[in-house]
Amino acid sequence: MTTQTLTAHDHSPAATAPGRAGSAVLDTSTTPAQLRIDGDWTLPHYRVLKQQTDALGSNYDASVPVDMSRLRALDTAGASLLVELLGTERLARLAVNAPELPLSSRALLQTIQTALCDYCAPAKEPEIAVGMQLLARIGCAVDKVWTDTLQLLGFIGLILQTVVFNLPRPKRWRMTSVITHIEQTGLDAAPIVALLTFLVGAVVAFLGATVLKTFGASIFTVDLVAFSFLREFGVLLTAILMAGRTASAFTAQIGSMKANEEIDAIRTLGLSPVELLVAPRVLALLISLPLLTFLAMICGIIGGGVVCALSLDISPAMFLSLLQADIGVQHFLVGIVKAPIFAFLIAAIGCLEGFKVSGSAESVGAHTTSSVVQSIFVVIVLDAMAALFFMEMGW
Amino acid sequence: MIKSPHLRSEAVIEVRGLCNRFGSQSVHENLDLDLYRGEILGVVGGSGTGKSVLLRSIVGLQRPSAGSIRVFGEDLQQLSENARSQVERRFGVLFQKGALFSSLTLTENVALPLIEHARLSRDEAEHLAGVKLALAGLPLSAAHKYPASLSGGMIKRAALARALALDPDILFLDEPTAGLDPIGAAAFDQLILTLRDALGLSVFLVTHDLDTLYTITDRVAVLSQKRVLVAAPIDKVAATQDAWIHEYFHGPRGRAAYSAMSLPKEV
Repeated sequence: MTTQTLTAHDHSPAATAPGRAGSAVLDTSTTPAQLRIDGDWTLPHYRVLKQQTDALGSNYDASVPVDMSRLRALDTAGASLLVELLGTERLARLAVNAPELPLSSRALLQTIQTALCDYCAPAKEPEIAVGMQLLARIGCAVDKVWTDTLQLLGFIGLILQTVVFNLPRPKRWRMTSVITHIEQTGLDAAPIVALLTFLVGAVVAFLGATVLKTFGASIFTVDLVAFSFLREFGVLLTAILMAGRTASAFTAQIGSMKANEEIDAIRTLGLSPVELLVAPRVLALLISLPLLTFLAMICGIIGGGVVCALSLDISPAMFLSLLQADIGVQHFLVGIVKAPIFAFLIAAIGCLEGFKVSGSAESVGAHTTSSVVQSIFVVIVLDAMAALFFMEMGW
Repeated sequence: MIKSPHLRSEAVIEVRGLCNRFGSQSVHENLDLDLYRGEILGVVGGSGTGKSVLLRSIVGLQRPSAGSIRVFGEDLQQLSENARSQVERRFGVLFQKGALFSSLTLTENVALPLIEHARLSRDEAEHLAGVKLALAGLPLSAAHKYPASLSGGMIKRAALARALALDPDILFLDEPTAGLDPIGAAAFDQLILTLRDALGLSVFLVTHDLDTLYTITDRVAVLSQKRVLVAAPIDKVAATQDAWIHEYFHGPRGRAAYSAMSLPKEV
């Protein structure tokens, strides 16, 4: 005389749902014992029902008849539980066993059973030890650096090939596209470049004034500002700004075109994406980055000059004459000569990362990040190497 | 064909005097449309007649310029944020391109609403998600893949599984069979019918698939001239005197679909 009553009182959010939670009860008071299914077998009651079916699972055998006459609502969630509870064999005999079940519910059970037939829980992948995972990640990262470098070198070759091939063919220069990109990467960036370098120039002048005052050499603040901006900061700050602003824009533009299969469309139209998309961008940045670098140098020196005038009593006229006397033109040349190289690399990395995008929106984001990180990295490393070289050469 | 017996019962969606304008261009003017409980309503119309805009207006993604849309007797625009979310939980929407979350696997895509709204544990939700994916006809091997690595047809199926995740009362389908092979499309039709009969679903189906229209719809609404030209069972719609409707249902494809539907019944 044991009636396994598993109709749990449910306190879950499902309690607010309409209808009565269903139950599966193994009734052993009758002979033979009977499995009674009643109530609502729907998603709001899923947790309760799941507990019941789990508990019943091991407690009854396949010969037990089922009474479903009091089953009320049934949806796909409830039906999937019922399918698991009743098993294939019993479901096949459902028409005989449960004639009271509406045709539509029977069809739903049958559909779910067919669907689940060749669909079992996936095997969990074996856990890998943390140490091995770490090693694997390091290996992957090193390998990625290597392949990225090879790809970048290959891509640079491709760009050079395209540019050289098109050089004697002015019709294929895509001037409209070049001008647009000069506007976007050069003109639109001018205010932010000017403002930032002006501020950094002022900061450098302040630092110089503070340190040099102790030696009574405040006057050399002028040299410090001019030296640092002409040789390093003008081009470095601009290149880093461009890496953040332009490389990311190039990656996102080309990446979303790739995700949208526009790149494939260009290829199937017999056109070259490098000629159409990359060359104009590289060319535009080659023009705008040196111009912006020049602007940055001027603004940085003006920033330093303003600080000198306001806090060191060095008048603008004196500032300029000191500049003229102390700073040779080779310092300007050493700075500006780096600009086209940085421009080329930033544009190449930005475009290449765009081409690496695969399908999803997430991939566009990942490659945009990667292009900014890579281009800033390349700019700083090259700048450090160039600084060493120029110092050794005594330029 | 199976025509639901409880036709002409209560309307779950009532659209009255709907106007949608984008700048100076108007898409809908004074559009009226009902969706009854348990019916499958096919919505057809030429390109640019605002089928998708109508769907977006009903599910609340597009604020209409004028007119009212009542869902389950309530005006969605008037409801509080919370009450609105309650109603929206009873919608299942299958977007034209699937709109699966690209950073989640298929199983996680389907499990997400189950975890968020039905408060299932992760394991339960993923198990149930597997059932829905199987129901939509996806093989087990696809369940743990990301949407980017799947074909268009598989994405459609996974999107259907997600739309069905919460066992909605109203299912909105935007061109569900476009991009499916004929076998898949037929199975899709059958699945919609089974679900409708078992769950009492109401289905709002935007489609150009004439076979689907003939096989599963109870009524067809034709969007034309910025309103619903006619909304009636397909035989009546096909008989309507209108140049576009005539072209649509009596063109070569329309005739083929019609004869394909009527042949097996005579056996």
